[in-house]
Amino acid sequence: MLAKRIIPCLDVTNGRVVKGVNFVELQDAGDPVEIARRYNEAGADELTFLDITASSDNRDLILHIIEAVASEVFIPLTVGGGVRAVADVQRLLNAGADKVSINTSAVTNPQLVKDASDRYGSQCIVVAIDAKRVGDHWEVFTHGGRTATGLDAIEWAKKMEGLGAGELLLTSMDRDGTKSGFDLELTRAISDAVDIPIIASGGVGTLQHLVDGVREGRADAVLAASIFHFGEYGIEEAKKYMKQHGIEVRL
Amino acid sequence: MSVDIAVIDYGMGNLRSVSKAIEHVAPAASVVVTSDPKVIAEAGRVVFPGQGAAPDCLREIDARGLRQVIIDAAHSKPFLGICMGMQVLFEHSEEGDTPCLGILPGTVQRFPHEAMHDIKGDKLKVPHMGWNNVHQAMPHPLWVGIEEGERFYFVHSYFVQPTTPDVIAGFSHYPFPFTCAVASGNIFAVQFHPEKSQNAGLTLLGNFVTWNPGGADSACDMSGATCA
Repeated sequence: MLAKRIIPCLDVTNGRVVKGVNFVELQDAGDPVEIARRYNEAGADELTFLDITASSDNRDLILHIIEAVASEVFIPLTVGGGVRAVADVQRLLNAGADKVSINTSAVTNPQLVKDASDRYGSQCIVVAIDAKRVGDHWEVFTHGGRTATGLDAIEWAKKMEGLGAGELLLTSMDRDGTKSGFDLELTRAISDAVDIPIIASGGVGTLQHLVDGVREGRADAVLAASIFHFGEYGIEEAKKYMKQHGIEVRL
Repeated sequence: MSVDIAVIDYGMGNLRSVSKAIEHVAPAASVVVTSDPKVIAEAGRVVFPGQGAAPDCLREIDARGLRQVIIDAAHSKPFLGICMGMQVLFEHSEEGDTPCLGILPGTVQRFPHEAMHDIKGDKLKVPHMGWNNVHQAMPHPLWVGIEEGERFYFVHSYFVQPTTPDVIAGFSHYPFPFTCAVASGNIFAVQFHPEKSQNAGLTLLGNFVTWNPGGADSACDMSGATCA
């Protein structure tokens, strides 16, 4: 049976992982390659790198990171952040990324999603949707939740599926950083609206939140950062907990 | 000098993962990613990966003049098809109504929308993406060291339906059983991605780089004995 996936997300800036990663005896807490190797050994199903590098001068550092990680970590790698053109997608795939995540540029230029998926296949195009509750619905935001787009998140998800997205990374901006759990209503509404897999993100504080994301939110995968980075929980511990609650996982 | 392992590059996606994983399990081998028919023809082993859509794959294969050298390699040397590189070995794909290479008898079909529900009635997503159990339908040198039911990483919306069941080397469930590995002579082909399937995938690739289809292990394969 297909397993639900657990995906740790690493924020990278100027070639370094910025959030603390609390593995025992980590030689270099900011080294993306060492951290990727540890997560791989710990049983992560995939890894996502989010490049938050502000300066365009250092944007290519992520390519070196992906090249190095892809040479020794043999699980799927997704990279997002600053993807604006088909050429960006190509550079990341050539460096060894398996999937590329498109966020703001999907809003400013939806044709990018179509062009990239036509060229490289839907399987490697993830569209990241940052959604926030506004009145009785959810609206898509960009630029890290600062810019409202006026787009309805459910309609947007369907449109992205139609343009060739192979997967959606859905982040609740209301929940992100709160540790109060996923926005389950949002996750379920989007998951029910499309046929492609949904990665739930934003708000994980406990292992029960991961279970709820899959069971109540109907997510196909769960993405989390801080609960793993700061050593509150391990990947294997999370998977065992999910399994105890009747969720199929890879152990 | 001829290379040990040629990874066929026909412009369909990320081949770096495939070549890096092979280099990882065969550090002493010369591994090249190539679209040169001569290099492929002279290589000791051939890996035929692929992502994207079937019509594009066939078009790119023909644009590079690779059709015949792929067919020849599949009949003459250890040959590993991966994902789209498995699907296009068959006769026809439903994706874009595409005639394929016809090296193996059978067709390629999409996961039918009406069947995509689990036993609880919950919707199953397409593409089939993630880690699923692979059940071994025959003993084979490429399965050595891999547990029955081991998980591999999949990402696909179409699957092969061989017309000759004796080529089925492995199957998976989503939600019905579908063929995810085939074996015929010196061809082994898989729907999943061994290069992305951590230790189990590396074991399979390691088995491939030492596989000798004409040798003793192939005789053992024919007898149905365990090839440990």
